[in-house]
Amino acid sequence: MGELIVTILTGLSSAASLFLVAAGLSIIFGVTRIVNFAHGSFYMLGAFIGYTMVQAIGGTIVSYWVAVLIAALVVGLIGVLMEILLLRRIYHAPELFQLIATFGVILVIQDVAKEIWGNEDIVSPRAPGLDGAVEIFGQRLPEYDLALIAIAPMVLIGLRLLFYKTRWGTLVRAATQDRQMVAALGVNQRWLFTGVVFLGSLLAGLGGAVQLPKGGADLLMDFGIIAEAFVVVVVGGMGSLGGAFLAAILIGLLNVFGIQIFPNSTLVMMFLVMAVVLVFRPWGLLGKPETPAATGTEIPNEPLRPAVPMVKVLAGLVLAFLIALPLLQELFPTVLDPFVIVQANEILFFVLFAAALHFIMGPGGMVSFGHAAFFGGGAYTSALLVFHFGLPFELAFPAAPIGAALLALIIGWFCVRLTGVYFAMLTLAFAQIAWSIVFQWTEVTEGDDGINSIWPSDWVTPLVLYYLTLGLTVAGVLLIRRIVFSPFGYALRAGRDSPLRSEAIGINIRRQQWFAFTISGAFAGVAGALFLYTKGSIAPTSMEIARSFDALLMTLLGGVEALAGPVVGAAAFKLLEDLFAASEYWRGLMGITIIALVLLLPKGVAGFAQTGVGRRLGLSRAEEVRA
Amino acid sequence: MSDPILTVSGVHSHYGRAHILSDVALEVRGGEVVVLLGRNGAGKSTTFKTIVALVRRTAGEITFLGNRIDNRESYVIARMGLGYVPEERRIFTELTVMENLEVGRQPAREGLEPWTPERLFEIFPNLAEMRDRPGGRMSGGEQQMLTIARTLMGNPSLVLLDEPSEGLAPVIIEQMAQTIGLLKQEGLSVLLCEQNLHFARLVSDRAYIIEKGQIRYEGSMAELEENDEVRAAYLTV
Ligand SMILES: Nc1ncnc2c1ncn2[C@@H]1O[C@H](COP(=O)(O)OP(=O)(O)OP(=O)(O)O)[C@@H](O)[C@H]1O
Ligand SMILES: [Mg+2]
Repeated sequence: MGELIVTILTGLSSAASLFLVAAGLSIIFGVTRIVNFAHGSFYMLGAFIGYTMVQAIGGTIVSYWVAVLIAALVVGLIGVLMEILLLRRIYHAPELFQLIATFGVILVIQDVAKEIWGNEDIVSPRAPGLDGAVEIFGQRLPEYDLALIAIAPMVLIGLRLLFYKTRWGTLVRAATQDRQMVAALGVNQRWLFTGVVFLGSLLAGLGGAVQLPKGGADLLMDFGIIAEAFVVVVVGGMGSLGGAFLAAILIGLLNVFGIQIFPNSTLVMMFLVMAVVLVFRPWGLLGKPETPAATGTEIPNEPLRPAVPMVKVLAGLVLAFLIALPLLQELFPTVLDPFVIVQANEILFFVLFAAALHFIMGPGGMVSFGHAAFFGGGAYTSALLVFHFGLPFELAFPAAPIGAALLALIIGWFCVRLTGVYFAMLTLAFAQIAWSIVFQWTEVTEGDDGINSIWPSDWVTPLVLYYLTLGLTVAGVLLIRRIVFSPFGYALRAGRDSPLRSEAIGINIRRQQWFAFTISGAFAGVAGALFLYTKGSIAPTSMEIARSFDALLMTLLGGVEALAGPVVGAAAFKLLEDLFAASEYWRGLMGITIIALVLLLPKGVAGFAQTGVGRRLGLSRAEEVRA
Repeated sequence: MSDPILTVSGVHSHYGRAHILSDVALEVRGGEVVVLLGRNGAGKSTTFKTIVALVRRTAGEITFLGNRIDNRESYVIARMGLGYVPEERRIFTELTVMENLEVGRQPAREGLEPWTPERLFEIFPNLAEMRDRPGGRMSGGEQQMLTIARTLMGNPSLVLLDEPSEGLAPVIIEQMAQTIGLLKQEGLSVLLCEQNLHFARLVSDRAYIIEKGQIRYEGSMAELEENDEVRAAYLTV
């Protein structure tokens, strides 16, 4: 009895931070329509800054809480900085760019935090006056847990008062529904948006600061919380504070009970709950179906056109060069390092990975933030078959796309129920769950160490592997092009551009998307298997969120609207990575590059070919002039 | 007649690459009720949206109370006293009647008695009975009243009304005409657009006719009544 009550109370206390973070995320999204992926980073900053403040002034009960509030305020101001410098410029950019830009912020914050607070985890400081424990039916519960249990409802009430009893709150609620109309009534949206981002970031910072005595601070907090916050928002219903509250409590309780049922994989429970909620209430417990937001005029995507001769010639030249590369290397060993082959190999499977993602993103209109799950899923399928059953390369390799496709079939079934940013959030959450299963289920997957020494059969020399990679990548990219210009591809694009009309002419969009998602997963799986057999090992890092973002970056660098995008993008990405690899701050550099790219080159590198300049260079077809 | 308070001249607008308005020119003078007539898709709403900067003009000039507004943002234009009532009403469905009015509230303007909810309830008595009802649970007519009241809360000197009679029952249309007359008495200028010639006749002093994004006719309401040819050519009667 006592044990049960204490477990419940522990669960409730762990819900507090989660609620604060999810509420902040939801508030920012409501008005700005931007899902702030850097929200987890603000949570992390809240913890770090909170720690510094507590060290500096937090000796007494009062000053401790003052320190916590200062930390939250500082994070709120950092949010304002991000809003003014970055978000303001991209409110009208496509969703993908907004998500990617906030991802750039994550990378920058990671490096800044590492520089200031170092790599070491920070142990939990004590909260003065709350560092004891209380007895409940003979069980001990930390006093601080009681404080946390009180904080969430207090904040919920405070937020409700703010939103329902002040003019500012009324304007925010109005803007959540129709921000253009609010502007037409004389409200300066700019400060409304800034204010909302301040509030949301402050809540994330507060969430990070209040969990300090329980969890301390470390550099992995950002991705951990963001996936959980997405789950909370999806389960609770976007834009519903009450829903976020309920869902946070639900997830908090599941976490504590989940540990008792599945001690190894706490996230499995979360997955199950999310799955159940999504099946019965796709818009979350208290959410409402998303109506297309009235935010002005949407300009439809340019139609995709088959490549122009110039591009075909270029592609042919590149291919010829890649085929001849090993020979060239042997002929001119002084000019071409043997390492060139390894690099080319690596670029190639990333091209395939990026092309797989591009397929659902461009023509499919589905922005997946968790595609590493299928890349890693394919690699792990082969690796596990070899490791546990000793399957030979010839069987284990082809199993990769099947494994990845199965995974995509399952995950996709849930994800295609949602659209836009909800879809993105869900894919990210699923990928994080897949990652954590691989990471935590040590008996099967070897956990963090990964599975090592997986090599292809003897006949597959490095040279053969290179040509295998080249062949499969080229075949994969061509096959994807085929699909894009097949009736299925047309239907997919029709569904992307005008869902209602497509439904009306009898296209089952959800099924098309599900199918496309699965195909994409299979291709990503092939890329993963190529990765596995090139490197000889696979570890959970290949499935992390950062890996999914790599693929997104490649597609972004290449431009989403161009079919050649992923090919150009993967190469550009690899070059950038090698360029930054030498620096200690490669993450930050990458982050700044991404942000700059989004701000300066919103169509990507290959998209540039379709601009006026590119057209003059013969890189794409002239625009038809309309009467 | 007093000076023009709104002047639109040589205005062009596009949606993406589609050229919608070309060389639109019109003006509204102080205290006047002017109607912009035109068939479906003629460009009436686009003209209004261009004036309040919800659609950016690609060429031309728009002047309000002596100031160029064609490069201003919507909220600045609204604060200068140009109120806009959209065709789709765009009531905040989650907000109550009082809250909808609150969103529209702007500081009082010199020389005009400021609008308050109480004053508005005198003109729109049925709104008074549903102060705390969410906008989403009101009839079309009630929503139309609310959206006008909400715009008036900004104390505008000119109101753009996009098809105020659309979808309303005859009794309510009658009421609407009275309301517009009342606003005129209060010293407001009104620019409305309509397909309903009968309704336009009840309230307007002057008329413009727009067709395929171009102004095709301009004259007093009385002149238009006389001119069967123009009415037959541009309006569905
Ligand atoms: N968001 C948009 N994107 C592209 N074209 C548009 C858009 N809105 C309107 N149009 C086009 O612009 C033209 C003018 O439309 P507008 O809404 O101004 O007409 P209207 O006179 O208000 O018609 P109605 O009486 O039906 O309200 C029409 O041909 C319409 O198809
Ligand atoms: Mg219209």
